[in-house]
This record gives sequence, structure tokens and C-alpha cells, in this order.
Amino acid sequence: MTAVPALSVPALSVEDLSVEFRTRSGVVKVLEHVCFSVDKGETVALVGESGSGKSVTAFAVMGILDAAGKVTSGRAMFGGADLLALSEHDLAEQRGRELSMIFQNPRTALNPIRRVGRQIADVLVRHGGATRNDAPRAAIEMLKKVRIPDPERRAEAYPFELSGGMCQRIMIAIALACRPALLIADEPTTGLDVTTQAVIMDLIGELAGEAGMATIFITHDLALAAEYCDRIVVMHAGHIVEAAPGRDLFAYARHPYSAKLLAATPGETVSLEQMASIPGGLPDLRRADLPACRYSGRCERRLDQCAQPLPQRTVGERHVIACWNPL
Amino acid sequence: MTEAVAPGPLLDIAELAKRFTVGSKQSLLARATSFRKPVAPLPQLYAVDEVSFTIGRGETVGLVGESGCGKSTLVRLINRLLDPTSGSIRLGGAELADFKARNFAANPHRARIQMVFQDASDSLNPRYTAADAIADPIRRLKKMSGPDLAARVEKLADMTGLPRELLSRFPHQLSGGQKARVGIARAIAVEPELLILDEPTAALDVSVQVVILQLLQQLKRELGMSYLFVSHDLNVVRLLCDRVLVMYLGKVVEQGPAAEVFADPKHPYTKALISAIPQAEPEQRVGRLRLGGEPRSPIDPDPRVCRFYGRCPKGTPRCAEDMPLLRPAGLARQVACHFA
Ligand SMILES: Nc1ncnc2c1ncn2[C@@H]1O[C@H](COP(=O)(O)OP(=O)(O)OP(=O)(O)O)[C@@H](O)[C@H]1O
Ligand SMILES: Nc1ncnc2c1ncn2[C@@H]1O[C@H](COP(=O)(O)OP(=O)(O)O)[C@@H](O)[C@H]1O
Ligand code: SF4
Ligand SMILES: [Mg+2]
Ligand SMILES: [Mg+2]
Repeated sequence: MTAVPALSVPALSVEDLSVEFRTRSGVVKVLEHVCFSVDKGETVALVGESGSGKSVTAFAVMGILDAAGKVTSGRAMFGGADLLALSEHDLAEQRGRELSMIFQNPRTALNPIRRVGRQIADVLVRHGGATRNDAPRAAIEMLKKVRIPDPERRAEAYPFELSGGMCQRIMIAIALACRPALLIADEPTTGLDVTTQAVIMDLIGELAGEAGMATIFITHDLALAAEYCDRIVVMHAGHIVEAAPGRDLFAYARHPYSAKLLAATPGETVSLEQMASIPGGLPDLRRADLPACRYSGRCERRLDQCAQPLPQRTVGERHVIACWNPL
Repeated sequence: MTEAVAPGPLLDIAELAKRFTVGSKQSLLARATSFRKPVAPLPQLYAVDEVSFTIGRGETVGLVGESGCGKSTLVRLINRLLDPTSGSIRLGGAELADFKARNFAANPHRARIQMVFQDASDSLNPRYTAADAIADPIRRLKKMSGPDLAARVEKLADMTGLPRELLSRFPHQLSGGQKARVGIARAIAVEPELLILDEPTAALDVSVQVVILQLLQQLKRELGMSYLFVSHDLNVVRLLCDRVLVMYLGKVVEQGPAAEVFADPKHPYTKALISAIPQAEPEQRVGRLRLGGEPRSPIDPDPRVCRFYGRCPKGTPRCAEDMPLLRPAGLARQVACHFA
């Protein structure tokens, strides 16, 4: 891969994605009409409170939804094929080679009784075209890239011998080892200090630039998203409420929910008392009569009109919102 | 405890060290059987290396540092979940380092230090209701039961803002923020003097995090506990902590009042750390330090070389011959660098 791929080619295009879960207490409408795209070489952040559907979006695209979950509408176009329509077998093939995911809980995703260097080497052999002979060398190279000190010797460690953040970096090394075309990273840097986090973000940026890797970056750190991602997509209760380039969102968040989310971010505030949490909670997604705007129960700007189906408004370059009474 | 409050700091850590033996099982076996040859010592990983500091009564101390630098190990030593290789852990004058971690659960000092873990869901028993989880340490350590216990659990729920009707729920029926409240209620249930929090809000979203941090601040005021607060979120440390300790590869490299350290970091590592805080505004990223070079190995590190040497933008040949010690730098501050 030498030529830099042209930008603005969607690598992944998620269209009208809706997902439901069957539970004992009824059907939960977890995602509704979710639309977004990620260009080649682009990093798109998915932010929102926990429970807003970020992980489910990732799982649906990866084809690894829980058995109780069902895609009720939509497509996820990737390399000319709809990932949601691929057979289990074809998807498994692509998952290893072109799609890669970093899971939210690194310790449970690693094999506790296999040395971490071997675990990276395994992936390189299975999906990266490495031979059993050169895989260990390449694995150590990956450990070095995620800044594990003394990679030669630490490759011999078992997960329990590593710190939480080191396990997380092992997962990142595994996900990036095969230079995927699409990376989905679910809160990959939450357990990392900011200098190590910067190294990881630069590494993702490097692969995006060199190999045109597209990334969906799930996080609840808005400043991180704004600094390292090209665009931020804000989710609330299974809806996308706003999508914009990070700077624009910080300068002028238009959706009432995005604005509240920003106000809850520590940033430059001088005291804890100054910070405000977001009033209310997510609506019960089992309700049959969910309002058109799922934020309306918590919203200070609600109008009578807000009961009508939501408009999609374009308010700037690549800046869209779904709201009747934006800021 | 009926004895008078001992003078001096609540927690006094002196030259505390933890080294792990690393290396493969085979080599251990080979060593055990090769009795004729002189045996080289097994490689030692210096997770916590001669660390000294104090925490005052009612003080909140933040512990920050690079991933893998030894924060969780230090916390587990203090909480007596892990036995130190050497050094002293004095709590209100009592030496805790000599007690074995294995037996510490039954130790009368157990109730004095409690811990809140990073992931409330991992640390709560899935078969315990919220009420059971909160009652458990009180029952074990304070031998309370019956209506007294029930009343105490309700009081703790009120104190931590957990609605009483949620007390009968199991962890999977609670949200992340509610589980965090249960974890805190459980930890303060036995009225500890020191509460250790290892990344307590890392799994929470910003909105819930605000509420939990405000709760911690309020509890500290009401109960006069001391906190040791481990976090990667430097903005949170700045807002919550009185003092901050900065660790790098097993060593404390800087410590001082949080406001001063953040406004004017002295150690080159602290400088790099603070300058790497993500910023939404590009203007605030100017002059940013990016660390190059290779981190030094924590395995059998050379005792003469500064642990930061090789990545340090300042590094000089002296740094490779003479390990800088933590020394006073201003009134309440200390830093371990020849040039700070
Ligand atoms: N049981 C063990 N055996 C060998 N080495 C260990 C063990 N536990 C921890 N270590 C090592 O000790 C060092 C410190 O680990 P620790 O978990 O204290 O780091 P930490 O500062 O909490 O990091 P993080 O921020 O990533 O959680 C690391 O190099 C780790 O690999
Ligand atoms: N297996 C499942 N069964 C039922 N509901 C689920 C399941 N997995 C996720 N959900 C629900 O889907 C919603 C979104 O969850 P998730 O995507 O994990 O949120 P996020 O990643 O944004 O924190 C939540 O209401 C959650 O309870
Ligand atoms: S549509 Fe109405 S209720 Fe929903 S966020 Fe906008 S103003 Fe608030
Ligand atoms: Mg999630
Ligand atoms: Mg840790």
C-alpha cells in the first residue's frame, strides 16, 4: 500500500440502522434510524452517555450482536457489500482481515493463559500473512509501537502480570497488527494516562494517513474526540442527535443535549461546584409510545412541535442536527 | 478505636518497595535442577521502588503517572492486598507492613482502610443485592446485625444518594452511576479513615462522573476521611485533590499542592503529562511536548540511571550516572530531577 487513497470516499456507510432487543420485559428499541459514514482515512468519534447505543452500533456493524438483538432496518455498506447481509462465514473472514475491533473490557478479551506476545503473533499468522517464524519479531515490533517498555521480555508476560492499561495496549496492538481497513475502537484509551493515550492516537492517525484506515472511535471524552477525530457524532438514547467536525461542536453545539454534555466535561472549570450534570435520565426504551425526540423528557427547550417527527437540519459544513428548537 | 488520635500524618509510607520475580516457568525449573552451576538471580521487576510520602488527616491526595508505573501495585500494598518486598506502611502510628496480606481480612485495622474499585460491576458480587453488598463489610467488620444493620444500610444509601427502593436490586439491574454509589456506600460503611479510589470514575460518562465527584467531595467534608485518589483524568485530579503525587516507573518523581503542580510542573515528565491533556481548542495545543525515545525497562533497572533518561527532553550524561533523588523544591514541593 503506497498510494495515499483519495479522501472523501466513504469506507463505511451506515444507513437507517435500527436494532431491537427482545428481553423478558418487552422489546427494547435500542437504535433507530442511525445514519453516518466514515471516509477512508477518517476518524469519527461516537459520543454520548452510557446506554446511548454506541457499543450496540459497533456490534451491529461487526455482526456480533447478542442473540437477543435484531437488526430491523438498514444497511452498513463497506467495500461494496452490505455487512449486515453477509453470511456468517464471509463476515468472519472480513472481520479478521479488514475489520478490526477493540473491545471495551480488555482484560476479559485477552486469553489469560497465553503469553501476550504469542497472542499478537497468533493474529499476525491467522490474518496478517506472517509466518510462524517472523510473527514473534513482528509482535515485539507492535509492543514497541504501543510503548510497552522492554518489549522483548514483556512479550513473555501473561495478562495478569501486566497493568490494566498495558492489557488495554495489548488489545490495541492485536487490533492494529493486520492494518485493518476499518477499525472500531470502543473506549480504547479510558485506562491510559494522557501521554500513552497520545501515542495510541498518533498510531491510529498514522495508519489512517498511510493506509487509509477508517476508524469509529467510541469515547466519552469530548476533548479527546475533538482533538484527534475528524468528526464527532453525538448519540442519545439510540438516536444520532448531532454530527459535526469537533471544533465546530465545541465552538457552537446546536443540539440541547450536546450542549449539556459539553458543560459536564471538566476541561477548564475551576471548581466541581460549577459543573452541571445532565438532568433526568435516558427514557425507558421499552415504551411503545416513545416520543419522536427521545431527549424531549429532559429538554429545557422543548416546544409543542417536538412531538412531531424530527427534522434533519444541516447547519454548517458537515454539521447536522435532529432538533426542532436548536440553540 | 478508642485510643486518642495519634499526632502526625494519617498515613506514613517510607521506602516502600515491591519487586516481582519475572521469567518463564521453564527457566525456574531449569534453575531448580541445575544445582551445580552458580545460579544467577532471577530477573526482578521493580513495580514500586522505595516510595515515601504521607497523607494528612482529611487530605485528598491524587496519584497520577504513566500506565504501568506502579499505581495499582502501590495501592494494593497500602490496602494490604499485596505483601511489600520492603519498607513501612504506618497508619495513624500503627505499622501495617508486617501483617500478611493473606490474613489481613481478619485484622482489626482492616476497617480503617477501604477501597473503591475502577469498575463497580467487577467488584460487586452479582448474587448480592445492593443492600447485601453494603451490609456485608458492616456485618463482617463491625459485627452489626438485625434492625440496626438495616437502618445503617438505609442511612448509607441516603448519604450516597442511592434511592432506597434500589436497595433490593442486583448489580445487573443498576446503571453504572448507581453501581458506583453502591461501591462508595460499601466502602464508607465501616467508617474508614482512609479511602483509596483506583480510577473510580473511569467507567462512567461525564454526566454521572460530575455527580459522583461532587458526592465524594461532600462525603469528605462530612466524614473527614482522607482520600488517595488514582486517576488518569488530570482535570478531575486538579478539581478534587489537595495534593498530587506523580509516579514514573516505580518512583515518585514529583509531589506538591495540586494547584501548584498543575500550574507550574517542575519534573520534565510532569510537564509532558500536563501538556498532553487533550484540548479541543488548537490554540491550547501550542508548545506541546511529545515524548520520543524508548521507555526504560522496569526489569532490573540500573540504580544509577534516572528512570526517565532516554525519553527526557532534558537528559544529560549526568542523568545516566547519578539517579536524581526526590528533594525539596519550594515550600511544600518535591521533585526528582537534577535540573528542576
Ligand atoms: N503479578 C505481577 N507479576 C509481575 N509483574 C507485575 C504483576 N503485577 C503488576 N506487575 C507489573 O508491575 C508494574 C506496575 O503495574 P501496576 O498495575 O501497578 O501499574 P499501574 O500504574 O496501575 O498502571 P495502569 O495505569 O495501566 O493501571 C507493571 O510493569 C506490571 O507489569
Ligand atoms: N443484550 C442486550 N439485551 C438487551 N438490551 C441491551 C443488550 N445490549 C445492550 N442493550 C441496551 O442497549 C442500549 C445501548 O447500549 P450500549 O450500546 O451498550 O450503550 P453505550 O455503548 O452507548 O454505553 C442500552 O439501553 C442497553 O441496556
Ligand atoms: S427537538 Fe425539542 S425536545 Fe428535542 S432536543 Fe430539540 S428542542 Fe429539545
Ligand atoms: Mg459501551
Ligand atoms: Mg492500575
